[in-house]
Amino acid sequence: MQMPDPDAAILSRKARIVERLQSVLPTGAVIHERPEVRAYECDALTAYKCPPLCAVLPTSTEEVSAVLKICHEEGVPVVPRGAGTSLAGGALPTADAVLLGTARLNAVIETSYDDRYIRVQSGRTNLSVTGAVEADGFFYAPDPSSQLACAIAGNIAMNSGGAHCLKYGVTTNNLLGVTMVMMDGTVTEIGGAHLDAGGLDLLGVICGSEGQLGVVTEATLRILRKPEGARPVLMGYDSNEVAGQVVSDIIKAGVLPVAIEFMDRPCIEATEAFAKAGYPMCEALLIVEVEGSEAEIDEQLGLIKQIASKHNPVELREAKDADEAGRIWLGRKSAFGAMGQINDYMCLDGTIPVSELPYVLRRIGEMSKAYGLGVGNVFHAGDGNMHPLILYDANTPGELEKCEAFGADILKLCVEVGGCLTGEHGVGIEKRDLMGVQYTRADLAAQMAVKDVFDPAWLLNPAKVFPLEASAAHRVAAA
Amino acid sequence: MITPASEAELSEAIRAAEGPLRIVGGGTRPIGTPVEGATLSTDALTGIELYEPGALTLVVKSGTPVAAVEAALEAEGQRLPFEPIDHRPLLGTKNVPTIGGIVATNASGPRRIAVGACRDFMLGVRFVDGRGTILKNGGRVMKNVTGYDLVKLMAGSYGTLGILTEVALKVLPDVDDAATVTLSGLSDVDAVRAMSAALGSPFEVSGAAHDPEAGATYLRIEGFATSVAYRAGRISDLLAQFGTADVTHGKAATAETWAAIRDVTDFAGRDGDVWRLSVKPSDAPALVAKSGAEAVRYDWGGGLVWLLMPEGADLRAKLGTFRGHATLIRASDDTRRALPVFQPENPVVARLSEGLRAKFDPRGILNPGVMG
Repeated sequence: MQMPDPDAAILSRKARIVERLQSVLPTGAVIHERPEVRAYECDALTAYKCPPLCAVLPTSTEEVSAVLKICHEEGVPVVPRGAGTSLAGGALPTADAVLLGTARLNAVIETSYDDRYIRVQSGRTNLSVTGAVEADGFFYAPDPSSQLACAIAGNIAMNSGGAHCLKYGVTTNNLLGVTMVMMDGTVTEIGGAHLDAGGLDLLGVICGSEGQLGVVTEATLRILRKPEGARPVLMGYDSNEVAGQVVSDIIKAGVLPVAIEFMDRPCIEATEAFAKAGYPMCEALLIVEVEGSEAEIDEQLGLIKQIASKHNPVELREAKDADEAGRIWLGRKSAFGAMGQINDYMCLDGTIPVSELPYVLRRIGEMSKAYGLGVGNVFHAGDGNMHPLILYDANTPGELEKCEAFGADILKLCVEVGGCLTGEHGVGIEKRDLMGVQYTRADLAAQMAVKDVFDPAWLLNPAKVFPLEASAAHRVAAA
Repeated sequence: MITPASEAELSEAIRAAEGPLRIVGGGTRPIGTPVEGATLSTDALTGIELYEPGALTLVVKSGTPVAAVEAALEAEGQRLPFEPIDHRPLLGTKNVPTIGGIVATNASGPRRIAVGACRDFMLGVRFVDGRGTILKNGGRVMKNVTGYDLVKLMAGSYGTLGILTEVALKVLPDVDDAATVTLSGLSDVDAVRAMSAALGSPFEVSGAAHDPEAGATYLRIEGFATSVAYRAGRISDLLAQFGTADVTHGKAATAETWAAIRDVTDFAGRDGDVWRLSVKPSDAPALVAKSGAEAVRYDWGGGLVWLLMPEGADLRAKLGTFRGHATLIRASDDTRRALPVFQPENPVVARLSEGLRAKFDPRGILNPGVMG
């Protein structure tokens, strides 16, 4: 992965920059000595590492503003970091950048059940947002699988999704407003507790901009009342084609499950060995979950089971109680861990039209043989968001490169059938150089024009999202 | 009138333009500061490009009539989930509303509070910017975080960043059954409290509106028949403290009630300006009390207020400082020139918005000034 050479002039001014940052932050909030700074050298895409110039941990919007103002004056790049769970290298530092961690921005500012929103500082973890309202029967809907650890700041940067977005949408559909600090330190409010602010939808473009337009310090999020209950049903099929057809038939029948999860044979086998969830050994397994009162769940599951039965399932198992529901979800939730037991893996998240599912799975199987690397598929089938997990051995020279080439081929396939490179993880550095597969130069230029407006000096989260050769002219103009 | 029949022709027309262009779809939503310029219509850019009911996906050219899209969806038992307002009764316009017009104005109806706005159902766009460059963003899949989300940016941009040629939308299944739970005689404050209680319940209310003149507060329940009956009952129990609820069952009756709420048909024949106020529901009654409005209608559980104001009155001046957005939807050309149609933005947001327009439309020819 090519990254720009660090700016030697910045490196030589490190002492002065650190001193200036220390002057506006509490004691201990500037981390600049090895080995402490190495804690920030990578995110969950651990194949790439680079310690930053220093890391700062501000506790308020004012402190973030002061930090950015200094960095702007000094011409120092800034890499914002949520909880560092990005699988795309979204928080990978450069050696000449100040890493801005949101870990200490974790307060709940305001909660309103009447108006159904919560306002939090952006470093708060996803699950602890729900934690703050759960006792009163409410929840925050987007549920990325890293929700125990990941921060709202990162969710906003990547427009994170989760297993339940078929019904509840992703981050952008649940975000009402933000307080954002611009690169020059200016603070602004965008949106608020009300819906659909008039004017251009800046909130819409900020969400998913991978920390390149501004640093979000506070967010107003929509909260929802928990449903009365939820129950999953598990079904196994002899072929991916049939399972794909079942997904389509369920959707067409007018049932809107909250989640439809799909696992293929390699993934089922790995999961069984690891978590022993009692899954049937078959080619494709679906977990479909619906919500409502007991009677409503019965009615919806009745319909779903009817559809499922028509396609001759090898197994059709409905959870009778919370215990059984937990077991049905157990395998799915341990899938990544299970694959990790076998080997190192790379997790992709290309998204495809649901109708292309069988074809894409078949092609991935063929490529897997050609590359000689195993791959398991576990994904959100209702919305076509795939998660191929490519297994490789990081200690074998050349295997990471082979894995990356395989991954790139899968993502190109996703685009070829009408899908996209990333459904919920973001581009980061991981998919940066593939952007040209999905977008023309003009399409990318239009996106970079937005960056030009928000961050004219191109200092925020450098060298991500856009291929370096595509962004070169913008970066030169900004310098 | 310029009516390009393809993206290429549209690009050519924009490149050839020597002055401002007034962009129209069906011309049924003349919202914004009046624009002078040569009229450019998307009327000839029509057709459903792709519709996959099993994937809940629809790709359609911008000039396609809304009715054609709705008919195609209905044939498969699906619908546009965000329930776009038909502005014709309220604005006294004729002609044929288009999909592009819905998207350009982010037109969303009562169901917005339950499922999201038009922008939330947009998966992708194709458009031509002010330099004539043909661009795309997003795609046709449900989840897509590949690059910046210009799809949202285009929604509600009133043609000022580019002219839409094609949009990809997520659609949803239509429902089996529906019912309206009605409470009577509530004050505005109590009505908002009742609607908040209902919306904060697990019973999935898909519409919450209040008509102070009729003294009626409406809650909509949709879904499978037995579920609708169950939830209507539970909602009625939940709101017992606000009086005895009357429940009207049936899809047709419910559709009629909510179409009138969606289109604010009550204000259709009445004199006066119409404003649209988006605020926190709990702030709404006090703001209404300050407004000097001749009549109001609450939607979105109180988060959206339609106000019928004396001609030329400045609602924002009456409200003073408040958190939210007031938009002048219907008024004479003179009033819409004298008062900002959209809520004035804070200086940073204004600077960013202006910067974006300058990038996408450097000559300032696309509906210049329509958003103020």
